[in-house]
Formats: sequence, structure tokens, C-alpha cells
Amino acid sequence: MKKKFDFGPYLYILPAAIIVIVFRLVPIILSFIVSFYDWTITGPGKFIGLENYIMMFHDGEFWQSMLNTFYLVIFVVPISLVLSLVFANFLNGIEKLKSLFRSIYFIPTVTSMVAISIVWKIIFNQQTGLANFFLTKIGFDPMGWLAESRGINDIFLSSLGMNFSGFIQNFSGGIGMSYNTLYLLLGGPSLALFCIIIVTIWKGLGYNTIIYLAGLQNIPKVYYEAADIDGAGKIRQFFKITWHMISPTTFYVLMMTTIVTFQVFSQIYLMTGPPVGGPLGTTKVIVYFLFDKGFGESNNLSYASAIALVLFGIILTLTLFQKRLEKKVHY
Amino acid sequence: MKKSISYIILSVCGLFMVIPFIWMLTTSVKSQLEVNKGNVGFLPIEHYSTYEENGKVFRITSVKVDGDSTYIHIFDENMNRIRSYEKVLSSDIEEKTEVKLHFENYKEAFIKVPFQRYFINTLFVSFSVVFGVLITGSLAAYAFATMRFKGRDFIFYLFISMMMVPQPVYLIPSYVLLNHLGWIDTYNALIIPWIANIFTIFLLRQQFKTIPAELFDAARIDGCGRFRTLWTLVLPLSKSVIVTAAIFGFIGSWNSFMWPLIMTDSPGLRVLQVGLSYFSQEASAQTSLLMAASTFSILPLIILFLFAQKQIIASFASSGLKG
Repeated sequence: MKKKFDFGPYLYILPAAIIVIVFRLVPIILSFIVSFYDWTITGPGKFIGLENYIMMFHDGEFWQSMLNTFYLVIFVVPISLVLSLVFANFLNGIEKLKSLFRSIYFIPTVTSMVAISIVWKIIFNQQTGLANFFLTKIGFDPMGWLAESRGINDIFLSSLGMNFSGFIQNFSGGIGMSYNTLYLLLGGPSLALFCIIIVTIWKGLGYNTIIYLAGLQNIPKVYYEAADIDGAGKIRQFFKITWHMISPTTFYVLMMTTIVTFQVFSQIYLMTGPPVGGPLGTTKVIVYFLFDKGFGESNNLSYASAIALVLFGIILTLTLFQKRLEKKVHY
Repeated sequence: MKKSISYIILSVCGLFMVIPFIWMLTTSVKSQLEVNKGNVGFLPIEHYSTYEENGKVFRITSVKVDGDSTYIHIFDENMNRIRSYEKVLSSDIEEKTEVKLHFENYKEAFIKVPFQRYFINTLFVSFSVVFGVLITGSLAAYAFATMRFKGRDFIFYLFISMMMVPQPVYLIPSYVLLNHLGWIDTYNALIIPWIANIFTIFLLRQQFKTIPAELFDAARIDGCGRFRTLWTLVLPLSKSVIVTAAIFGFIGSWNSFMWPLIMTDSPGLRVLQVGLSYFSQEASAQTSLLMAASTFSILPLIILFLFAQKQIIASFASSGLKG
């Protein structure tokens, strides 16, 4: 007996499938195609092969945006990871007020990045901001914050009396690199970008803490009881038990924070400038760069697509790398 | 002893987490004049000088000190200048401070740009998206979780793999596509692409899979069709996960910024985040108005959070356990 083909299941997935195919799959495929053409908003252009990618390679603005994005990731991910693990451990150890603290840490996660950016922009305002208010209260000079393009290494070393730019000047001549390039590499993120780093950490901390807290609560108590009997101290217990048991969560937090931080946009768009990405382009990140190329004056959608795909490639590579590392750690 | 260290550290860092919000609130009820004078602390205190003349107290601003006397401007109670460059004795001028809350900042910010419209747009978009996501999500998840059909696993993993693609990648082609459809600058562009959510499908599928097979058998014996089984058996058993999916959908939709910024243009279609962003450019010097606008724009979600914090935190925490 031949069974009649059952269309039922396909009808159930049809509504979701239409949306996912039309508004995800097709655009994803399209982005590959578009990146090999010179499309603008007026319509499709001609096939230009790898020209967009070659242009990117020679585009100083692209490299600066990449460097800024890497600075952001390199600072935000480890600091957020360590802080949230520490907070989760403290939270896990207390009973009273636990849910109050949990909620307080979590509020930034549910509030919009737009409102948060507006508030922090005013906090970092040179004249009417809270940051300089505190600084001058405790006897320091006010700082430029979001208007400060100097790298944090420069600011720190100069405050110790070192001539940082002179050092860069001599060194750059010696190795045949331009002063600006070397300054961007060795000066570290600008103070303005550092403000963005602070806000990004602040915003994501609650989420990571909650994830860690859930992970900690899954560790069986017997391990700690056994360790107590063996006389191991709390710090030793953390490194010998918690750190190992929590590593799947650590990998998750690491991956999510990395992915999200690579895609930072709103805080740059709202907090920096004018022009956005300033001062001197030191806060221009890759997603703002592609937004500007695609929807700004040049309106070069193809170039923007190519940039997006390079970003995707980087994120994918890092994710796969972390997955491999994870397999190695968990036997 | 150990506990108290925990409490101290948690409190100090907790303070760092809430200070921006507290400062937002206190600044939102200050007068702009005070903020511009550099009075940016937490207390909404106003400093002003008065001058008494024939038993009547006037507010003044001093212009120039000249020996023992001062040139002043004198104001009436509505702060209209009534006399200028009066020369009076400095000792007759009294410095005063008072706590004054300028709640009218909220009203002023709210009507300065059509925030009411932005709120309605955002509510409409968010509710439509949540509604759509739950319907398409439960239908698809139900098929993936309980039915056998050709290509099921392939389709499911294709969906999941697309979840990994970051938004910037499909943003530009989506714009091209929506432009082609004539949907740019319409509600369609804000709603339709978002009424199916892969993460929701995944979340609901995991939940539906936990329902024991005997219950499905019993339903079948009772003569329940597929759809009735979904409606009367599966969904009622999955309430908490559905709430979780709705919360994620609502928060995500309410806070989304880059998509509506790009896909809409006309002021009448602005959602709250986009409207707030434009307002921050227009009123960039009016700190207290900006703070008031920020406050009322995050208020709905804060209220939602305060009422359902357990559920929300549990939802977010569960999102990490899947990995």
C-alpha cells in the first residue's frame, strides 16, 4: 500500500519558512553577490570581481576602524568576563538582598542602548558632566573624555612625565613606519574610545553575571563539601573546582560577548562626534564604517556588503577557533 | 566576616551600576540654567539671589560689583526682567538656595517632538512582532518537535545556522530587497521581516520535545487532530516558555535601533529609539530635557522588569544554558 504524501508538517513550518527564507536566507546569499558588483541605491551595477575587497585593503579608514574594533573587543571581553565572574561568585555566596543586587546589575541589560548612550554622553560632557565633576571634586584636572583623541597609553605615560610622542617620532623614523600608524598602534585606544569601552562593559555586565550565576548554581555542592573537609581555602576552591566546572559557561560568555562587541554601533552613533566616529576617527568601528559607506554620502552598498562579509568572516573564524579550544578543554 | 566583604564589594559596584540612572533622574528635574552654571551634582538645588525693596522680595541677577555696591537686574515672579542695571548696596543682596523639582521638563520634552506618536508606533510594532513571532514560532516548532517529514533536520539546521549570521551582513541586502518591494518607510519594513524568529523556534522546539509521547497518544485516541493537539495540549503546557519568548521578542523589538533607523525615513514612522536619537541631536545642549526624554523612554521596560524580574532574569539566564 502506498502511503499518501503528508503535506501537513510543511504547512506548519511554511509561515516561518517564508519569512526566514525571504528576509534571512535570500539577503545573506544576496550580500555575497552584491559584494562583487558596484551596486548603489539606484540599482544593480556591473560585475567588478574582487575590486571592493581590494579597495578595502587599501582603505586607511577601514584599517583604522578595524583597529578600533579590535581595541574594543580586547578591552571589553576580558574585563567583562572577569568582573561578571567575580560578581556572580559574590552573589552566589550571599542570601540576603541577593535578588535586589541581581536586579540592580541587570537593569542596564533591559534598557535601550539609545537612552543609555544619551545619558553617558552627558556624563562624559566636559563642562556639565558627572565624570569631570567627580574628578575635580577629588582634586584632579578635568579631562576631555569623548573629545580626547590621544591614546590612553600616551595620556598615562605623559602624566608620568614621559615624552610619548617624541618617542614615537624617533621610533617611527627608525623602523620606517608613519608616525600616525605607529601612534595608533602603540598609543592604545583613544580616551574617547575608552569611554565607549566603559559603557559597553557596563551595559553587558548584568547579562554575563546572570549567565555565570546560573552556571554556578549548577555546580554540585558535594565538590565544595569535599574540599572543605580536605581543608582547601575559598580561593583554592575557586581555582580548583569552580573555574573548571564553569568553563562551558565561560566559553559561552566569551563567544557571545565577542560577537556582540564586534557589532557595536548604537553607542558610537549616539555618543561620538560630530562627526560620528570622532575625534580624529578614533572611535569609528567597523559596523559604523559600513553603515556610513552604505547609507552615507557615497551610498556604496556593494562596498558596505563586502565590509560586512569580512566582519562575518572574522566573527566566524573566532567562533570556530573558540569551539575548537572548547573541545580541547573538555575531555 | 567573609560575607561582609561580599556585601561591601557588591554595594560599591552596584552603586556604579545605578549612578547613571540616579543622575539621569536628578538631572531631568533640574532647570537648564542650573546645569549650565555647572551645578551638576546629584541634588536638584537652585542657587539664586534676592533683593528686598519696600518689603517686597525680588529675584535678581548681579551684573557687576563696584566697591560696596552691585549693579543688578531685577525680575518679577515670572522671571521677566522689570528693571536693569540698578545700583544697590551689596549687603542688601541675599544668597539663597532651595530644592526645586522641575517636573515640567518632562512635559516640555514630551511635546517638543511628537513622542506620543513614537510611543504608539513602538507599541504597535512591538506587539505585532511578538504576536507574529509566537504564531509562526509555535507552528514551526510544533512541526519540528513532533512530526516526521522529509528534510526536517536539514531545514532545522539551516535555520539554526542562519541564527549565527550577524545583522550587518543581511542589513544591506535587506534594504535593497525592501526597497524593491516598495516597503522602505512603511510599517511593513519594521514588522514583516521580524515576525519569524529562529531563536523562538529553537526555544519552543526544545520545550515541546519535553512533553511525553503518551500525552500525544492519548490525544490522538481521543480523536484530536494536529492543530487541536497544539492548541489544547501543547501550548497550555508551555506557558512559561511562551512568556519567555514573548519577553525576548518585546524587549528586542522595543530596543531595536539600527534597523528602524535605516528602514524608515519619515518622522511619522519613527519608533521611540529613532525619535529619541533625533531628539538627542536637536536638543543636544538641553541636558535636562534629554534626561527627561531618556527617562520616559526607558520607563515602560523598567516597569515591565520590576513586575516580572524573576521571570525575565530566569529567561535570560536560560538563554545561556543552551550552549
